[in-house]
Amino acid sequence: MLYDIIQSFRDTNIVKKELEVITYVAKDIKRDVFIMEVCGTHTMQISKFGLRKLLPKNIKLISGPGCPVCVTPIEYVDKAIYIVRNYNVILATFGDLFRVPGSESSLEKEKSDGKDVRIVYSPEEIIALSKESQDKDIVFLSIGFETTMPGIAAVAKEIKDNGINNVYFLLGNKFFLPALEVLILHSRSYILSNINTTSSIDGFILPGHLSSIIGEKSYLWISKKYNLPGVITGFEPLDILRGIRMILEMIIVNKPEIKNEYTRVVTYEGNIDAKKFILEVFTFKSSKWRGIGVVPDSGVEFKEGYKQYDAEVKFDIPKINNISEFTGCRCNDVLIGKITPFECALFATVCTPENPKGACMVSQEGACAAYYKYERDDV
Amino acid sequence: MVEKVNLKDKILISYGTGGKYTQEFINNYVLKHFKSKILSELLDSAVLNFEMDSKIAFTTDSYTVSPIFFPGGDIGKLSICGTINDLLCVGAIPKYISVSLIIEEGLEFEVIDKILSSIEEVANEENVEIVTGDTKVVEKGSCDKVFITTAGIGVVNKNICLHYNRISPGDVVIISGNIAEHGLAVLLSRGGFGFDCKIQSDCSSLKPMLEQLFNKEISSHIKFMRDPTRGGISAVLNEVVHKRKDVSIEIEEELVPLSGSVKNLCELLSFDPLNIANEGKVVIIVDKNFAEETVKVLRQHPLGKNARIIGEVTTENKGRVILKTTYGTKRIVDMPIAEELPRIC
Repeated sequence: MLYDIIQSFRDTNIVKKELEVITYVAKDIKRDVFIMEVCGTHTMQISKFGLRKLLPKNIKLISGPGCPVCVTPIEYVDKAIYIVRNYNVILATFGDLFRVPGSESSLEKEKSDGKDVRIVYSPEEIIALSKESQDKDIVFLSIGFETTMPGIAAVAKEIKDNGINNVYFLLGNKFFLPALEVLILHSRSYILSNINTTSSIDGFILPGHLSSIIGEKSYLWISKKYNLPGVITGFEPLDILRGIRMILEMIIVNKPEIKNEYTRVVTYEGNIDAKKFILEVFTFKSSKWRGIGVVPDSGVEFKEGYKQYDAEVKFDIPKINNISEFTGCRCNDVLIGKITPFECALFATVCTPENPKGACMVSQEGACAAYYKYERDDV
Repeated sequence: MVEKVNLKDKILISYGTGGKYTQEFINNYVLKHFKSKILSELLDSAVLNFEMDSKIAFTTDSYTVSPIFFPGGDIGKLSICGTINDLLCVGAIPKYISVSLIIEEGLEFEVIDKILSSIEEVANEENVEIVTGDTKVVEKGSCDKVFITTAGIGVVNKNICLHYNRISPGDVVIISGNIAEHGLAVLLSRGGFGFDCKIQSDCSSLKPMLEQLFNKEISSHIKFMRDPTRGGISAVLNEVVHKRKDVSIEIEEELVPLSGSVKNLCELLSFDPLNIANEGKVVIIVDKNFAEETVKVLRQHPLGKNARIIGEVTTENKGRVILKTTYGTKRIVDMPIAEELPRIC
């Protein structure tokens, strides 16, 4: 059933028709158009289905910072490793973080060293884990954008309501929109070097899952304040092509707006309950994004009443200084779309998925990882 | 006199010490399941007879799987089928198998008995003989319930010559059926996903299907075979182009056979089915003129009912495995780096 629905968004004939329209519109624009996808899942899908190659030459897709693992600073992994080395705890993590290198180890290496690191598939699992392991504290590595925050907030609430006292959260969650604005400002000051032009970002393919929480209305400022079009887009090839076509249509009539292609999932308001949950438990603070730097109001901390569940309050973690990125790594340029992964000298030479040097290669949804996996040779 | 054990009892460390307890275990458990004249001699080595002018194939593999029982099989069935399939993939008919057990103390006899029964069942069906083995019991925590090492010997069919070197551009790649079922079945049986999705492991011996193929004239046109276990089809095809850097392999996404539930689950967890383990499938590379007929023969057996051509050997992107997507675009299929982990955040 699920697959049938997905399949209808992969129908070759419909995709071909959509491409014809795009080609027609693109011809009329008569210049290079830079469209950024800011969600890692879009990046992966574009690479996986080879969509870049299907588009007319003047339509350039560039990848933004849309993978929560990629933008999680190295210090976060180091903190987690410090806790599991120095306290008798179970470290519960999403699989996404498991192999991400810290400054000198990874969770995978710590596990092989006998540390209790468990992969969980949903935050809910830590409740069961806390009951099974009464004699051990559980530290949950809480990362992700607004997509995962409601689930985590719900678990924090449940822990509080049930008086569970052996679960702590190492908070690394991030609100996406403040970073998106920083990105727009950055992009305005950059000249995109990859294709010899002075254009900056012309429009955004906006995230699907994340938007199901925050809703279409959260993006309206993009077109109002910055005069840029954006389309909330689903993840199937047809969705992505429709999103691109809708952006091009807005460019051609010079009427930038925020539109929603992914109406089967995303509403104008978003998920009101989920948003309420987030704000009941979390409040904003500034937060460091790997590759982008410190972004005001983009991080989370627990509100009063939940602070006792903060792992950084419970455990004595020494201050970890900012860790500098590997010399030559150009992830910060990749993350803001200034260059494509191919233009980084380390890409596929020194920096590979087996031995990632920078943020965009560490997670499977990072731009460099996606380009490496599917597009590193012109096949 | 050592008391005869009850199935409900637990295996004690003494059962691995080589004394009376070990004797008791071998006589009452192992020999009960493995009825072989050669084994029953209990000599230090099994002494085997072969036709002198045949080539002999020899393989070994160790099995650890958690959980040890999963939909579609258990570690016992997995261990014997795996070794049988490894022999078949070099064109050999499996004859003799060794089974060595490393058991964690405290495991119930009942569990070991079930596992031995599974091995026995496959051995009987496939007409292979368990001729030697060993049992060790290790302290609790030193292993996860039970580890099994099997080795196997088979006689290579004279009609068949399988080697990377025989592969040439234009050859066709065949898969014997739906992929990715074993890996997903085991993953799901570990629990923790919170959704109900039933996928059976494809764990099975390929012997009945491949024997049919070996007996046909066309088998001499088969260039290469491998069972795509860990790392899935991606690993097998990448191994080929790694050995044969002068060719590439191009497969078509649309042609790769997948069941509906495997497709769904892979979408949900963002897995690439090409990277996921199979335990009852074979990848065959064959001369293109005999490809259709090879598929036809495979399909005559239930194990091969979904067999199909999925691609071909080319020279266009030497040293690479390439997937042609539904839209006609092409992308790289890489050697999987490590086990797939679900993407959540």
